[in-house]
Amino acid sequence: MLSAPPVEAETVEVAPIEASPAFDVADTQALVMSNTAVNGEYFHLTLAAAGLAMNAKAGQFFNIACPATDKDLPYLRRPMSVYRVVPSKGEIEFLYKVTGAGTRGLATLRAGDSTAVLGPLGNGFELNPRWKNIVVVGRGVGLATLAPLAEMAAERGIKVTAILSARSRGLVMSVERFAASGARVEVVTDEDGSSDPDNVERMLLRLIEKEGADAFFTCGSNRLMLLLKRVGATFQIQGQVAMEQQMACGLGMCFCCVRNFSAPNGTEQRRVCVDGPVFPLSEALSW
Amino acid sequence: MVDLRVKIGRMTLRNPVMPASGTFSEGLARVFSFDHLGAVVTKTITAERRGGNPTPRVAEVGQGMLNSIGIPSKGVINFIDHIMPEYAACSAPLVVSVSAPTAEAFADIVRQLNVPGIAAIEANISCPNIEEDGKAFAMRAKSTAVVVDQLRKATTLPLWVKLTPNTGDVGAVAQAAQDNGADALVVANTILAMSIDTETFRPRLGSIMGGYSGPAIKPIVLRMVYQCAQAVDIPIIGCGGIAATEDAVEYMLAGAAAVQVGTATFVKPNAMLDVVDGLTRFCQRKGIAKVSDLTGAVLDRGMTVDQLEALP
Repeated sequence: MLSAPPVEAETVEVAPIEASPAFDVADTQALVMSNTAVNGEYFHLTLAAAGLAMNAKAGQFFNIACPATDKDLPYLRRPMSVYRVVPSKGEIEFLYKVTGAGTRGLATLRAGDSTAVLGPLGNGFELNPRWKNIVVVGRGVGLATLAPLAEMAAERGIKVTAILSARSRGLVMSVERFAASGARVEVVTDEDGSSDPDNVERMLLRLIEKEGADAFFTCGSNRLMLLLKRVGATFQIQGQVAMEQQMACGLGMCFCCVRNFSAPNGTEQRRVCVDGPVFPLSEALSW
Repeated sequence: MVDLRVKIGRMTLRNPVMPASGTFSEGLARVFSFDHLGAVVTKTITAERRGGNPTPRVAEVGQGMLNSIGIPSKGVINFIDHIMPEYAACSAPLVVSVSAPTAEAFADIVRQLNVPGIAAIEANISCPNIEEDGKAFAMRAKSTAVVVDQLRKATTLPLWVKLTPNTGDVGAVAQAAQDNGADALVVANTILAMSIDTETFRPRLGSIMGGYSGPAIKPIVLRMVYQCAQAVDIPIIGCGGIAATEDAVEYMLAGAAAVQVGTATFVKPNAMLDVVDGLTRFCQRKGIAKVSDLTGAVLDRGMTVDQLEALP
């Protein structure tokens, strides 16, 4: 067939698109329930967003429209990983650090405002039902991505040890939340030098020796990712890393958010949005 | 009832709204059904595998997006075997965007695409992110004539030629495409541009220069559609900063028979559907029976203008 197929004539008005089982991502206009400063750097945003958004799992993300301010006019959306989903209340929460035009805009949202959220997007963390102990190591805003993972593991009877890293004690996010999920929490900081990778490595080795570790999970630090990858390779402990990259669409269309990963024949580019953002630790490369 | 159908050469589209190449993929089917679109246009494919450009590949600049993706492609065989089946159930005609480094290679790839299921070819002779310094065939009438002539001889499918705004005489380029057998023009690709971070002194794109798109470029490309509409008789598909119904209407008034929505889909995944719905409402409100009546309907003749005289 060389010629164009005839196209059916149609003059009917296009009906508004309803969510149907064929669609697993929705662009939802979400009502802001609260948006409060957690400390000097982080904000905690709670949105009412029923429907497909409630299917979000730990490690997945939403592409969020950021409002304009006096100073900024953010054009593209910003990807934010899910901090918590509460289906019983129809709420979804995000924890973000104010770093640029988009997040400065987000920080101006007040209860009663609304903003568009596209999601859930990407692949979340995977837990193997045979695992008994996992070790979660995160830093900075990466802890927001890992907190729901600790809860998911606890629900499945998997014991979690969480090593939470930050510049100072005041900036360690979600210690209470990790602890409330039943995780054993160890805080390390730059302030007292305990966040040094050599020290974290000693902690990991002690853990592996004492009770073993079935898998590593990490987010938020290249140095910690490389450390876990090396220790994991030595002791044959698999792992998963949640990665970040600048994005535009979040749906795999634009190919902006690629990173290099190791593949059987050298390295290959993968899109963080649809191939990740959670990747096997063994295939992740330094960023 | 408003008739949304438009004709692009021998093709009739159910409505004039389609995606711009590179801003659309089967991933969007997770959000809505492509059956609502006038056509679907693939990301540009090449004969060879291409990795694409270094990161950062995107920068937000004003009300627009600067990108340098570099056409990552898994090649034409992968497209036919793995991508095309994803569109098999879609009722909108499939337009395949192609690129190649030479006129001969362009002809080769469209020959390989003479397969059932493809409704038209969009020849991307205008990507600013492949050759050094953003060079592209569509920057000059002469090189446009050569490549379109080769393409025309290589395929009987409807041939859409995508022009670049990075040219001093878009009317002459448009004419060269028409004279050598293009069935329609897509006006236009992104504007060659750059941005520098004033804190780090570093270019904000890994490949230094890139293509600028989004609302910021609309008046520039609209002007080019208007100029092309004066220069050629073949249909023009307007593309540049269309995000809402009024943008599409404006392009049609300037002479476009159909429109492509691009970067707006990244910001608002349902943007194309909103434009389809909006065109019906717009035409109802204006008492326009057929959306195609908007094409070239700008009232640019007999304008009453002030004649300003020089001060004595």
